[in-house]
Amino acid sequence: MVGIAMPAPDRHVLERRDNIVAALKAIVPGEGVIDALTEMRPYETDALTAYRQMPLVVVLPETVDQVSRILRYCYENDVKVVPRGAGTSLSGGALPLADGVLMSMMKFNRILDVDFPNRAVIAQPGVTNLGITRAVEHEGFYYAPDPSSQIACSIGGNIAENSGGVHCLKYGLTTNNVLGLEMVLITGEVIRLGGKHMEAEGYDLLALMTGSEGLLGVVTEVTVRILQKPETARAALVGFPTSEDGGRCVADIIAAGIIPGGMEMMDGPAIQAAEDYVNAGYPRDAEALLIVELDGPEAEVDFLLARVEEIARANRAGYLRVSTSEEERLVFWAGRKSAFPAVGRISPDYLCMDGTIPRRELPRVLAGMRELSVKHGLRCANVFHAGDGNLHPLILYDANKPGELEAAEAFGADILRLCVAVGGVLTGEHGVGIEKRDLMPEMFSEDDLKQQQRVKCAFDDKHLLNPGKVFPVLHRCADLGMMHVHKGQLAFPDIPRF
Amino acid sequence: MTHSALTPTTAEETRDFLAYAAAEELPVEILGQGSKRALGRPVQTAHVLDLSRLSGVEVYEPAELVLTAKAGTPMAEIEALVAGAGQELSFEPMDFGPLLGEAAGKGTLGGLIGTNLAGPRRIKAGAARDHILGLDAVSGHGEIFRSGGRVVKNVTGYDLPRALTGAYGTLAVSTLITLKVNPRAETSASLALNGLSDAAAVAAMCAAMGSSAEVSAAAHLPEGICQRLGVAGEDRPGPVTLLRLEGFGPSVEYRFANLARRLAEFGPAERIGDAASKALWQAVRDVIPFAGSRNPVWRVSVPPGLRCRTDAALAQPHAGGRLLRLERRAVVAADAGRRGA
Ligand SMILES: Cc1cc2nc3c(=O)[nH]c(=O)nc-3n(C[C@H](O)[C@H](O)[C@H](O)COP(=O)(O)OP(=O)(O)OC[C@H]3O[C@@H](n4cnc5c(N)ncnc54)[C@H](O)[C@@H]3O)c2cc1C
Repeated sequence: MVGIAMPAPDRHVLERRDNIVAALKAIVPGEGVIDALTEMRPYETDALTAYRQMPLVVVLPETVDQVSRILRYCYENDVKVVPRGAGTSLSGGALPLADGVLMSMMKFNRILDVDFPNRAVIAQPGVTNLGITRAVEHEGFYYAPDPSSQIACSIGGNIAENSGGVHCLKYGLTTNNVLGLEMVLITGEVIRLGGKHMEAEGYDLLALMTGSEGLLGVVTEVTVRILQKPETARAALVGFPTSEDGGRCVADIIAAGIIPGGMEMMDGPAIQAAEDYVNAGYPRDAEALLIVELDGPEAEVDFLLARVEEIARANRAGYLRVSTSEEERLVFWAGRKSAFPAVGRISPDYLCMDGTIPRRELPRVLAGMRELSVKHGLRCANVFHAGDGNLHPLILYDANKPGELEAAEAFGADILRLCVAVGGVLTGEHGVGIEKRDLMPEMFSEDDLKQQQRVKCAFDDKHLLNPGKVFPVLHRCADLGMMHVHKGQLAFPDIPRF
Repeated sequence: MTHSALTPTTAEETRDFLAYAAAEELPVEILGQGSKRALGRPVQTAHVLDLSRLSGVEVYEPAELVLTAKAGTPMAEIEALVAGAGQELSFEPMDFGPLLGEAAGKGTLGGLIGTNLAGPRRIKAGAARDHILGLDAVSGHGEIFRSGGRVVKNVTGYDLPRALTGAYGTLAVSTLITLKVNPRAETSASLALNGLSDAAAVAAMCAAMGSSAEVSAAAHLPEGICQRLGVAGEDRPGPVTLLRLEGFGPSVEYRFANLARRLAEFGPAERIGDAASKALWQAVRDVIPFAGSRNPVWRVSVPPGLRCRTDAALAQPHAGGRLLRLERRAVVAADAGRRGA
């Protein structure tokens, strides 16, 4: 392992491994407990493959009652738990701990209720993102948030990461499309939040759970909103001589009151890699390529595409093609959607970063990245969700060359610092995990992080759920509740009046 | 009786006061303009923290779709500012003034977030919680903290801004708030179906919401309600079911025709143009038919399909002998669409 250190394993827990395995086997019979090294191998990493760690033991519960009993056992015996969905996290969120139980939720793979009149689906957390759309598309519905990993990633993982996708600009992130949850707390208590209705009573815990990266509870059931599929979708493929032109075009489209279904940008190196890989007909001489997809009623799509064309021309578009068939639209997307494997072909390894910036800063950040690329001696290709300023720089490196992974990580950290410096954030959709954990102080003060940790303590006072993720330092919960002022020692002994 | 009002002009003053109140264990009422003070039980505290002077828009960047303002900024100021750039808060926050016997047009940004306001567009655009991006706040321990950011897409740390939205000021005092704003629709129209029974209206609204017409608001006004909206020219005595379409001109026309066809079985579709439609929905949003009512007004949120049953249940007198008086069958809205971007 490199770079990011995980908490040292608790020797007392390691010594009790046999007992722990036996206890889990008593809760989950049959093949639901995996303790043989070779069989645990597939769980040693997620999609942040530079980090690997064998878990203490893997457990695959099948019922809520089993989840509850496992968590209660772990709580009572001070054993850490790492929840896991499909293991596609790019931030190391599902990285196991040597002294922790890895709890895979992938046996929770059933759709429980498809409710068209209420436009809702209730699914178990191990159902894939695409599985939800598959269950409703025969009636013309779909689930809107569409991470590129949607064939594989689980809806439970989507909740934990508050995942986004190409369509989030118009249709919102996971958090805007989740209506309810059932989850199990580390104490084994089962709670329900929200439902098929909109107005939840009391605090919006659903908002806290969404994006909590497996640190607050284990999701065992999810209710999501489904939408009627748009009548049609068409896309424009636009090439620009500079990224400034592309960036201005994006701003002008939004200023014209148009919120496209998707608006994606690629820079020169990404265009070349994609074109080499799938031959989508991208203009190789463009410095920036924009895919603007309009979806909705036909009349609207035609009308808006005409406006987008005008705006693109006004911003020096050197290349402009509008899809005239569904096949052509899909070809436009083919290059963008295969950007990761395309980059994977020109480089043995790559790191996928995920910062968000105010869109106006795009030229400055791209220029900054070019300088950083020279500084760290590594290449970088950029794909990004242009509409919402979410960048995905892909840093190319070769793990077999000594020092390259370290250089890639340093390059990535510099990019994220740059994002924060221009008013952006560390992560737009991939989560903090372990990857951005130690950068949290770039964005948050000690007091900012303290508030977040109070939330953690309210749910998991022993820090047993997914420790080592998100927080650079975990304070003891008892220390966080204390007031640092005492009666009589304040600036306002009398009633102050401002 | 309240004794003293503290009107900080900075986050630091707010912090100093809350640290003091926490150390002395003094409960504090947190106030913007007090426009929603009549909601819930009256609060009786020794101190009132009045945020109305913590006011002003700090940053408004239409091209980035974001606005940052201090918590005490009047909503009227914010709404006028964004309207000037052809934008709006797409969750269409309701104005509680008329219903609660206060003047219309009051309220601050902090109050909007504290109560998680929404309006008829909730089915499409969500509520305030779907549009908050970040905040600076002071904790009950008297610490200033920041959470979220100023960009639309952000998963860095727990989503405290969203979690604090709708907490009625019971978790922290926000001092600076960043919201996502959206382009305002170019035009709008409403499709009206007249004379439907409640059951038929629910069926029509469900059919409309399940179509690709992108209905941005749906309401059934039972007999006698429309007249009480106070919208000139809209004084139909019978029941009316309203479905709103918004967007670019050609799109609204096209969807209107499609929706009318789809709902043909429910009777002829009447078209209400942009101006009248806007006036109607504002009145529906602000529950004008019950403004000034001395009976309790209930808001009941159910999945759309359950609406009829709930409605019937509410119409029954309370079993325990104590009569639960409701403004029966108020404005029935299709309150379970998606929470939007
Ligand atoms: C090729 C590729 C493309 C991607 N594209 C996108 C994209 O476009 N947009 C995007 O947002 N992300 C993207 N991702 C990242 C990833 O797919 C998402 O973060 C996804 O939501 C993770 O889901 P998962 O089921 O794989 O979760 P895992 O990786 O197994 O776990 C992720 C986190 O969720 C927690 N978790 C999982 N299940 C539960 C549960 N039931 N209860 C509580 N906590 C749980 C884990 O503890 C962990 O912290 C991509 C990843 C890859 C590999």
